[in-house]
Amino acid sequence: MPLLRGFWKLTWLETKIFMREPMGFVGALLVPLLVFVVLGRAFGVGKPMATPGVDIPFNVAILAAILIAISAVQSLVAIISIYREGGILKRLRSTPLSPVTIMGAQVTVKLVFTVASLALLMLAGRRLFPGVMRVNVFSFTAAVVLGTFSILSLGFVLASLVPTARFAQPISAAVLYPMLALSGLFYPLDRFPRALREFAYLFPTTHAVALLQGVWDGSGWSAHWVNVTALLVLFAAYTALSTRVFRWE
Amino acid sequence: MIPVISVSRLGKRYGRTTAVRDVSLEVFEGEIFGLIGPNGAGKTTTMECVEGNRVPDAGTISVLGLDPQRDANTLRQRIGVQHQEAQLQKRIKVWEAVDLWASLYPRVVDTDALLDRLGLAAKRDSWFMTLSGGQKQRLFIALALIHEPEVVFLDELTTGLDPQARRAIWALVTGIRDRGTTVFLTTHLMEEAERLCDRVAIIEHGCIIELGTPAELVQKHCPERTAVFTSDDADVIERMQGLGAVECNGVTYTLHGTGDDFVTGVINVIAREGIRVRGFRTEIPTLEDVFLKLTGHGIRD
Repeated sequence: MPLLRGFWKLTWLETKIFMREPMGFVGALLVPLLVFVVLGRAFGVGKPMATPGVDIPFNVAILAAILIAISAVQSLVAIISIYREGGILKRLRSTPLSPVTIMGAQVTVKLVFTVASLALLMLAGRRLFPGVMRVNVFSFTAAVVLGTFSILSLGFVLASLVPTARFAQPISAAVLYPMLALSGLFYPLDRFPRALREFAYLFPTTHAVALLQGVWDGSGWSAHWVNVTALLVLFAAYTALSTRVFRWE
Repeated sequence: MIPVISVSRLGKRYGRTTAVRDVSLEVFEGEIFGLIGPNGAGKTTTMECVEGNRVPDAGTISVLGLDPQRDANTLRQRIGVQHQEAQLQKRIKVWEAVDLWASLYPRVVDTDALLDRLGLAAKRDSWFMTLSGGQKQRLFIALALIHEPEVVFLDELTTGLDPQARRAIWALVTGIRDRGTTVFLTTHLMEEAERLCDRVAIIEHGCIIELGTPAELVQKHCPERTAVFTSDDADVIERMQGLGAVECNGVTYTLHGTGDDFVTGVINVIAREGIRVRGFRTEIPTLEDVFLKLTGHGIRD
């Protein structure tokens, strides 16, 4: 299939290159896991395990899952800006590789690490906090992947805006962390002022958190079809926008 | 002869800056053609339009009978490119890059032999970031040649390399031409152009101001030759009659003339007169002098 010529080779290559990155591997797999374990020990993991008298500020598992998605996006933005600055994107583009293949390989690598990181998290959760991780693993993973897709598409817009590789980290952090703060994970959305709440609905993190809460609580996907739709719509919108504004050099 | 590349009245603007104003040129099969000029003259933009990596605002381009925009995919299979100041992933290994590139084309050369020929065989397992400047450029040459292209584009290939690495690259480029591949290169190094190119086009402010073989251009614009010799003999000026004015500075004598026969003429007179000469040198203009004369400034200004 000429459209995907080189896709698997490039994906595998980018996976290996990412593993050779000293911080890439740690950032992708270990940091969210560490957050999960440390905060989980301190506060407990999720509502079902709430010990009487201890007020659980937020769902640690969902925080860790969102952190996994966000670190994937930050890493994507950094890689794209480094590749652009070094002329790597330009060089790849003047081969028979299609633009879809070049970007698709990057997204695939990020998704693979997202799923791997999530799997680690689940395993650690089962071992360290017995009885807590009763969530449907596949449903939870699917929700994280959907959320990651949506946030990644925003990442492409960010990658277009970042002027040089130097700014990749601060700019993506400046956008992603406020999004996380407004996502409703730490403070319930319905207690936000109306304008702020509506503003929060423009970001994929908000819907991802709502969907993950739903999956965690067992209310399921059908109860959160609005969030699922919103994630898909935002994905489509950001992707459309990034194909217009994306810069290869 | 049918040209391999034909560019007619090419123009390209970026916002308000005009990068290429009016470029027309033809490149023929089996030659090394050099586009030379200072930084910012429009060399890279011209080359990228020809490669199909940039959309021109005006003019027509044909490469191997194809339109670089309309037939971009077909053309990519038949040309090889090396970009100015390009990088690869820092931690990609040499063999991995070669292997990826090789997987993208239906027909490829023996990659081991290619790496061997470019002196990279020992670096197969090294990360890109650990290669020297010369090795990186040789790897880019390897990637540009992997599918046996009919035309190779080399943009500022030796910029930033030390003289030794530069000479090694020159030998490789000549080798590419000798195997029958057409080479289109840009450089701001006049020595490089003079050594490598069969024909050159001088570009300034987005326009081609002169085009021809290096020897033709020198002959046309800077035909002056100078012979300088040192002698302790007496009456040298009188004995050197018939060759024009002789300048004398102590025991050093300078003669000016034009044409290929001038230096021979000077040597013949010295021999006939039996003048004992302690030192002898000639000053023959180069492409650099042609450039200076045509543009009124040096290439590095």
